[in-house]
Amino acid sequence: MSDAPHEPRQHYLNCDYSVRSWLLTTDHKRIGILYLVSISAFFVLGGVMAGLLRLELLTPHGDLVQAETYNKFFTMHGITMIFFFLIPSIPAVLGNFLVPIMIGARDLAFPKINLLSWYVYTLGAAFTVVAMVTGGVDTGWTFYTPYSSTYANTNVILTALGVFITGFSSILTGLNFVVTIHKMRAPGLTWFRLPLFIWAHYATALIMLLGTPVVAITILLVALERGLGIGIFDPAIGGDPVLFQHLFWFYSHPAVYIMILPSMGVMSELVACFSRKRVFGYAFVAGSSMAIAVLGFLVWGHHMFVSSQSMYAGIIFSLLSFLVAIPSAVKVFNWTATMYKGSISLQTPMLYAFGFVGLFTIGGLTGLFLATLAVDVHVHDTYFVVAHFHYIMVGGAIMGFLGGLHFWWPKITGRMYPDAWGRLAAVILFVGFNMTFFPQFVLGFLGMPRRYHVYPPEFQMLNVLSTAGAVILGLGYVLPALYLAWSIFKGKPAGDNPWGATGLEWHTPSPPPTFNFEQTPVVREEAYAYDSQLEGHRV
Amino acid sequence: MWPQVTQALRLVPEQASTVAGQVDALFLFLVAITVFFTGLIFLLVVVFALKYRRRSDDERPKAIHGSLVLEAFWTVVPLGIALAIFVWGTYLYYVISRPPAAAMEIYVVGKQWMWKLQHPTGQREINELHVPVNRPVRLTMTSEDVIHSFYVPAFRIKADVVPGKYTSTWFEATKTGEYHLFCAEYCGTSHAVMGGRIVVMEPAEYERWLTGGASAESLPAAGEALFARLACNTCHKSDGSGRGPSLVGKFGKTERLASGETVVVDESYVRESILNPQAKITTGYPPIMPTFKGLVTEDQLLQLIAYIKSLKMDGQAKP
Repeated sequence: MSDAPHEPRQHYLNCDYSVRSWLLTTDHKRIGILYLVSISAFFVLGGVMAGLLRLELLTPHGDLVQAETYNKFFTMHGITMIFFFLIPSIPAVLGNFLVPIMIGARDLAFPKINLLSWYVYTLGAAFTVVAMVTGGVDTGWTFYTPYSSTYANTNVILTALGVFITGFSSILTGLNFVVTIHKMRAPGLTWFRLPLFIWAHYATALIMLLGTPVVAITILLVALERGLGIGIFDPAIGGDPVLFQHLFWFYSHPAVYIMILPSMGVMSELVACFSRKRVFGYAFVAGSSMAIAVLGFLVWGHHMFVSSQSMYAGIIFSLLSFLVAIPSAVKVFNWTATMYKGSISLQTPMLYAFGFVGLFTIGGLTGLFLATLAVDVHVHDTYFVVAHFHYIMVGGAIMGFLGGLHFWWPKITGRMYPDAWGRLAAVILFVGFNMTFFPQFVLGFLGMPRRYHVYPPEFQMLNVLSTAGAVILGLGYVLPALYLAWSIFKGKPAGDNPWGATGLEWHTPSPPPTFNFEQTPVVREEAYAYDSQLEGHRV
Repeated sequence: MWPQVTQALRLVPEQASTVAGQVDALFLFLVAITVFFTGLIFLLVVVFALKYRRRSDDERPKAIHGSLVLEAFWTVVPLGIALAIFVWGTYLYYVISRPPAAAMEIYVVGKQWMWKLQHPTGQREINELHVPVNRPVRLTMTSEDVIHSFYVPAFRIKADVVPGKYTSTWFEATKTGEYHLFCAEYCGTSHAVMGGRIVVMEPAEYERWLTGGASAESLPAAGEALFARLACNTCHKSDGSGRGPSLVGKFGKTERLASGETVVVDESYVRESILNPQAKITTGYPPIMPTFKGLVTEDQLLQLIAYIKSLKMDGQAKP
C-alpha cells in the first residue's frame, strides 16, 4: 500500500495552515512539533548559559561574571536542560509523533490531554522564564535544603512552581503512553512484536507516572517551608535537611532513566535498520528496559554516600547501583551483536548511534566509579561527576535524540537533509563532546569541586581544553539546526521509506495523513523482520 | 605557563594520607575495566562496520534471533566484576568510616563561607588546619547554617557538614606539606572560595606551633567555665545529688531512657540533650531541664561536649 505519488496530497502539515489550527490541534504529530519548537528554544537558552559558564572557567579568576551571576547561570543551565529539554525531549517530541503510528493507531488514547500536557509545560516554562528574567535563582537544579528553603535570596518559589507545574505535563504524557500502548495496538501487534522504541517508552512512562508526583510534592514542601516557615527541612525550625535529599533523589535518579531509556529505544531502531537485522536478543533488550525502570527506583541513596546517611544504607545503595548497571550493559552487548553479519550502512543516523554506544559506554562505566563507595568519597561533587552525567545525558540522551531526529526527519517533514552534512555534524559533535567532557574526568580525580566560579591555577590547562572543546561542540549543534531548517524548504522529497526500514511508520506516506493510516494495519510478524522484508509485505 | 603544563600533565593528585594509595589502586582498577570494555565495544563496532558494510542495496542478511548462552555470559561476567568492585569499595569505605580509637580530635564548624577549626588544646584557626604528620586525626563537624562538605583531595576524604547534627571523618597524613581544603557542597554565593589549606607538620614543629600562638584556654576548660556560667552545675552535680544526673563518666556509656529504650551518650546525644532536653530523658529523672536553644553557639556546644568528655570517673576534669 501507500505507494503515494509525489503530488500535492493532504497530510497533517498542509491540511490547515492557520495558527489557530496549531494551537488547538489534538493531532499527536502536531503536538510533537509544538514540543519540538518549545524544547529547541530551551536547548538554545541552556546552551548559551553553558557557553558562558565555560567562558568564565577559561581562567582561574572570576573575570567574566561575578559569583552570584555564575551561580545563577549553572542553576538555570541545569533547570532548563533537565526539566525543559531533556525530560520532554524524546518522549514528548519523537514519542508523541511515533508511538501511535508505530502501533498502528490513529492518535494517542487521550488527544485532548495530550494538548493539555503541552499547555501545562508551557505554563510551567513561563513561570520559570519569569523567574529567570526577574532575578534568577541560585540554588543549583538540585534545590538542596536548607539553602533553598531558608538561605537563598533568589526567586526560589517562582522557579519551584515552574518545575512543579511542568511535572504534570510529564505525568500526563506518561499516562497517555501507558494507556495507548495497552489499549490501542493494531490487530496482531502483540507485546513481543512491539518495536523496542515502544518498550522503552512504556518503561519511561511508568517512571514518569510513579516518580514525578514525588518530586512535585518535595518541591512544594520546599516552597511551603520557604513561604510559610513550616519546618520540614531546616533544622533551625525542627526539620531534617537530609530528608530533602532522599525525597529529591527518589525522583531525580529515576529521572535520569526518563532521559536515557527513550534514547535506548531510538538506538534499537537505528541499529536494526542500518544493519538490516533483527535486534539481537529482542526479549532481553525489552526486558532490560523494564529492569532499569524498576531497579532505577531503588538506587537514589548513591547520591548521598557522604551526606551523613548511615554507612549500612550506603552499602545497600551501592550494591543496588551495581545491579542497575547490568541491564544497560546487556543492551550495549546486544546492539553490538546486532551488527554481526549485518548489512551495515553508515548513514547519518547510524553515526549518531555509534556515537551513542561509545559515549554511553564510557558514561555507564564511569558510573561504576561513583557506585563504588570508597572512590565516590573522593570524586563525589567534583568535576568527575559533572563529566559522568554529561556523558550519559549529552553523550547518551542527546546523541539518541539527534539520531532519532535524523532518522524520522524524512517521515516528519517529508524531506531529506543532505546526508554528507549530517555525517559531518555527527563527527564534529563526537569530537567536540569528548574534548569538552573528557578533561573533566581528570579534573575531578585531581580534586576540582563542581559549582566553582574560581579555582586554583593548577586546574587551568584542563579547563582551557574543555572550553575549547565546547566551541567545537557548539558548532556541532549549529550545523544540524541549519541543514535541517534548510531541508524543510529545499530538501529532496523523502518518499515513504527512505531507509528501507521495517515498522508501521514507514508504511504510511511521508508526511503521514492526519489519521496516520488509510486503513488500520494488521500486523502478521515480529518487529525488525528485515530478512523477509518485501515491499508492502508486512501490512 | 610551564608549571601549568607540568601540573596539567600530572594525572594523579598528591597522595598524602594512609588511605590515598588504597583509593587510587581501586580507582586505577576501575580505569582498567573501563578501558577494557570501551576498547572491546569500540573494536567490535569498527570491525563489524567494516567487515559487514553494505555492498549492495539488495542485501538481506539472514536474521539471527539471539543466543541464550551469550545473554547469560554477558550478564554473569559483568555481574561478577561489578560484585568484586562492590566488595572492594565497601571494605575500603568501612576503613575510611572508622576512625582509630587513638585519634586526636579536631572540632570543625562550617558557616557561610568559612571553616572554623578548634584544637583540643584550645587553639582556634580559620580556613587553616595545622596537624602533625603520621597521627590519626578525627574531625567532628557541624554547620551553623547550610550544608557544607569538608573535602581534602590529597587525603581522599570528604564528608558533608550538616546543620543540626554532628558528622565525622578522619585522616592520617603521611607527608608534610600544604594541601587544599575545599567546600564540596554548594552553599551559596562564595562557595568557591570557602576553602583553605591543611598544613601537615613534623610532630616537633607542630608542638612548637601549638605553644607559639596566643595562650589559649583548652576546650574542656572553656567548657567548664561555660558549664558554670549557664548554671548547668546547679542540677548536674558531680556527686549525683542534683536534680539532674551527674555527668561524670557518662560519655561513651549506654544509658536507659524513661521510654525503656537505650541510647549511647555520644556527641549527638549530648547536643540534643542541651538543645531539646525533653526528647530523650534518662530514666529516673524528671523532665525539668529547660532548652538552651539560642543560648549557646555551635562553638560553645563543642566546648561543653569537650568538657563532658573530659569528666572521667575519678571526678577530675582533665585539661
